[in-house]
Amino acid sequence: MYFLITLLGSMEIGEKMSEMRYEAPKTLDAAVALLAGANGRARILAGGTDVVIQMRSGRIEPELLVDLKGIPEMMAIAAENGGFRFGAAVSGLDLIEHKALANAWPGVIDSVNLIGSLQVRARASVGGNLCNASPAADSVPALIAAGARVSIVGPKGKRDAPVEEIPTGPGKTSLAKGEIVVSFLLPKRPAHSGDAYLRFTPRTEMDIAVVGAGVNLTLDGGGICREARVCLGAVADRALLVPEAAAALIGSKVDAPALDRMAAAASAACRPIDDKRGTREFRIKVAGVMARRAAELALTRARGN
Amino acid sequence: MSTMVKYEEKPLKIVGTRPIRPDGVDKVTGRARFAADYSLPGQLIGKVLRSPHAHARIKSVDTTAAQSLPGVKAVVTRDDFADMPSEFAAAGELTINFRDVTRNMMAREKVLYDGHPVAAVAAISESIAREALKLIKVEYEVLPHVIDVVEAMKPDAPLLHEEQFTDGVTPKPDKPSNIAKRLVFARGDLEAGFKQADIVVEREFNTKPVHQGYIEPQACLASASEDGQVELWTGTQGHFVFRAQCAKVLQMDVGKLRVVPTELGGGFGGKNNIYTEPLAIALSRKSHRPVKMVMTREEVFRATGPTSGANVKVKIGCTKDGRIIAAEAELNFQAGAFAGSSVGMACPCTFTRYDIDNVKVVGHDVTVNRPKVAAYRAPGAPIIVFGVESVIDELAKTLGIDPIEFRLKNAAKEGTQTYYGPKLGPIGYIETLNKAKAHPHYSAPLGLNQGRGIATGFWFNIGMETSSRLNVNEDGTVTLIMGTVDVAGGSRASMAMMVAEELGIAYDRVRPVIGDTTTLGFNFITAGSRGTFAGGMAAVLSARQAIERLRQRVAQIREVALEDVLWKDGSAVPAPGSAKQFTPMSLVEIARMAGKTGGSISGQSEINAQGAGPGFCTHIVDVEVDKQTGAVKILRYTIVQDVGKAIHPAYVEGQMQGAAVQGIGWSLNEEYFYGADGVLQNPGFLDYRVPVASDVPYIDTVIVEVPNPNHPYGVRGCGEVSIIPPIAAISNAINNAMGVRLRSQPMSPPVVLKALGEAAGGKSKG
Repeated sequence: MYFLITLLGSMEIGEKMSEMRYEAPKTLDAAVALLAGANGRARILAGGTDVVIQMRSGRIEPELLVDLKGIPEMMAIAAENGGFRFGAAVSGLDLIEHKALANAWPGVIDSVNLIGSLQVRARASVGGNLCNASPAADSVPALIAAGARVSIVGPKGKRDAPVEEIPTGPGKTSLAKGEIVVSFLLPKRPAHSGDAYLRFTPRTEMDIAVVGAGVNLTLDGGGICREARVCLGAVADRALLVPEAAAALIGSKVDAPALDRMAAAASAACRPIDDKRGTREFRIKVAGVMARRAAELALTRARGN
Repeated sequence: MSTMVKYEEKPLKIVGTRPIRPDGVDKVTGRARFAADYSLPGQLIGKVLRSPHAHARIKSVDTTAAQSLPGVKAVVTRDDFADMPSEFAAAGELTINFRDVTRNMMAREKVLYDGHPVAAVAAISESIAREALKLIKVEYEVLPHVIDVVEAMKPDAPLLHEEQFTDGVTPKPDKPSNIAKRLVFARGDLEAGFKQADIVVEREFNTKPVHQGYIEPQACLASASEDGQVELWTGTQGHFVFRAQCAKVLQMDVGKLRVVPTELGGGFGGKNNIYTEPLAIALSRKSHRPVKMVMTREEVFRATGPTSGANVKVKIGCTKDGRIIAAEAELNFQAGAFAGSSVGMACPCTFTRYDIDNVKVVGHDVTVNRPKVAAYRAPGAPIIVFGVESVIDELAKTLGIDPIEFRLKNAAKEGTQTYYGPKLGPIGYIETLNKAKAHPHYSAPLGLNQGRGIATGFWFNIGMETSSRLNVNEDGTVTLIMGTVDVAGGSRASMAMMVAEELGIAYDRVRPVIGDTTTLGFNFITAGSRGTFAGGMAAVLSARQAIERLRQRVAQIREVALEDVLWKDGSAVPAPGSAKQFTPMSLVEIARMAGKTGGSISGQSEINAQGAGPGFCTHIVDVEVDKQTGAVKILRYTIVQDVGKAIHPAYVEGQMQGAAVQGIGWSLNEEYFYGADGVLQNPGFLDYRVPVASDVPYIDTVIVEVPNPNHPYGVRGCGEVSIIPPIAAISNAINNAMGVRLRSQPMSPPVVLKALGEAAGGKSKG
């Protein structure tokens, strides 16, 4: 399928204007070939909730848009080895409505539920949220805390990687030219596990994280924390996995002194900027607060299963 | 000559009820046409090239390449518009100067803010128009800029206007200044007053500019014909004022320009002034095709008027028993790129809620490298009242007096002499304070980290030129043509209700429409809460004239004297006791035979309405502060407001609630962020944070009705006053919750958290 569309407004027949190619391949191979072969500005289109906005504002002017929503692997949700694999172009709403996944990973689902509005979530994908590479992306810290991995295809074949290796800076990823994030794998949950994602925004909704905190932990039968991952959003040039914060929890009963140490470690790891969304000082303080509150919620969830 | 119509107390059948608004169904079904919904065959799309600099001299503008791009049909620059001499005119509550209007719509010598228009193109599509903008070469000499009002007032600050000398200072200064004007309002002996005071509190406050935040960006469609006639569809609060402004800057006859007001997606003062309208007309003239221009949200933020940011100082002295003896304030208001902020309105609002013998208020109107400010709901008043009501709260607290009791001790009432001129007529300030005190909210228990705040507001309200026409249709239905734009508050419903009440017919028999500029005489803009006051007065007078003519027609048919015919419940009836009794004739019967008995029947009125009743209100707010994040949650909010008379109580409550919600946004999270380069960094609703629905609780309302003696139904005007108290009320509530006193707006989480941290460190002044 191949056709030309003109964006932004009407056009009179015969008038010359800038053109953009839109492609909707049905296979990953075809998508990779299109992207690898593009000699100009190519963009991947999933939900379009970032790309279309950027096009409208004139920030990007792609010559080729490759829509991945026609590729089955990009759109599936399935159980795999006791965990879940979901396509990178699956809409947020489809993930939220997947009961088994939502039960296993409430923190991941909370993070997806915070993205935009209901209308946005009906289009936006987690793959897009990751590859747009905003340091404030909500689902990314939750997925990193969850230990999620991504499956990638590209001109050189398939590979997989932990989520935290994908974003490298604002708007930048480690993906090579022509590479596509195909799916996410959320691992099998041991008993007594819980995850949570909380963010701070000045508004109650329709806002963007000033600080985000994802915490995932597993307790043993005696209530001692055996595994933990803590990841912060919007406090650095990309989502920040903080092993020092996790270490403060591991081996503890996730009691007040452990939470204090964890919050302090979270704040200490921050390297935020001062901008319209929050001051540096504010972000550092509140990162500890959010991490602590997320850990408390994750703990409650872990004790509940 | 001005018009006032005496208030008459009478039994009411329709006024005071809550029928569905005439524009309601079209709005909920999406059928309502806003400015961007209008299109004409062959229309072009116009786009504006805007300055990327906060302050620069324009050395040259080269449009050659843009003009030769296929699909581009016209380009305009400063060279296409005549320069205008200084000439002032009223536009809403603020005054405009045509010399500035022409420079604001298209920069001439200099660009004065990020987003200032420098050229406009019309092309066959938006993408071609955008492409053409990139081909326009503008050579700038970038100049130092100034954003902050205090910085701008310094003698060595970068100067926006070389020909601007501070007005209101004698002798005339010998050096130009960013201070365009100094205003002084005074009464009594300030120094003696402060000497008598037992305690004096003096504080400084700073606020940021905030945008009106209307959901509909400015849009217009212009079609100029070869014989010089122009039609313009636009979203405006006043189409006659837009006609006047466009005709002036385009040097055309007023009569050749027909302006059609479209449904308005919010204005709040921000749609009192022209922006792209003259550009669209000029592009249409040049291209010989209709030209449509729709602003993006980014353009709205960069180039349309916010209200002023300000630096204000307040000093109040009172006796031990809480009587205010003397009060002084200095108001330094940002005007944006051109003179004319709301400081002139803010000065008289500063202390007018109180009866104070010794007052001095000094205002400064200061130009800075930001978009020219526009009116915003009770322009200027919320800014200064934030300061005054905070100081009042501090005084009451210091003296251990209940904050409502303290205000009652000093409250203005009928006969109070203001420091700006008139004595106040019958007003309902004390009533709002008493009802607030008695409200269950005021005594409800509070939890940990929660606090309650009180603040009050006063707003003048205005009347002004208004006209209307009422046509009795042949089936007895009535078409009411108004010239005051319904700015979406529901004024059409109120007009129809008053007319139905006068005529004694059902509400749904009256169809109110807003006529374009060819249907009626001049109407002033819908501003100053004048719509239902002045528009309603005109509508009532039109109805009364129609009734007079209906009676005349019946007198002629029944061959009786006019005084023997009365109008009652929708019919002409014989006067009781009159010798000549006759069978009554209903409006429907008279209308049906109107053609045969002398032609159709109508009523009209052209007035300059005066005697607008000032509005007062008292707000109660409860907040909860998150000590760890600085987030302030509004838990409960109650407004008590004197509206004179609520014609349609649901829409009056809507005005009160909407004003408070805007005030809450202003208080907590709305602010502009400019980079060191003077470029706006948050021109969108993502990072310019107006409240969303879940940010505000249900806003409870208590309507107080102290009738305005100068309006037939006692209307005062209700749209603005309730945006005044929220900033102070919320700051006072935060103080009661946490013990910290915030004297800057917004009270955003980083600001609150910092203040809490400083207080914990013992650095707060309380």
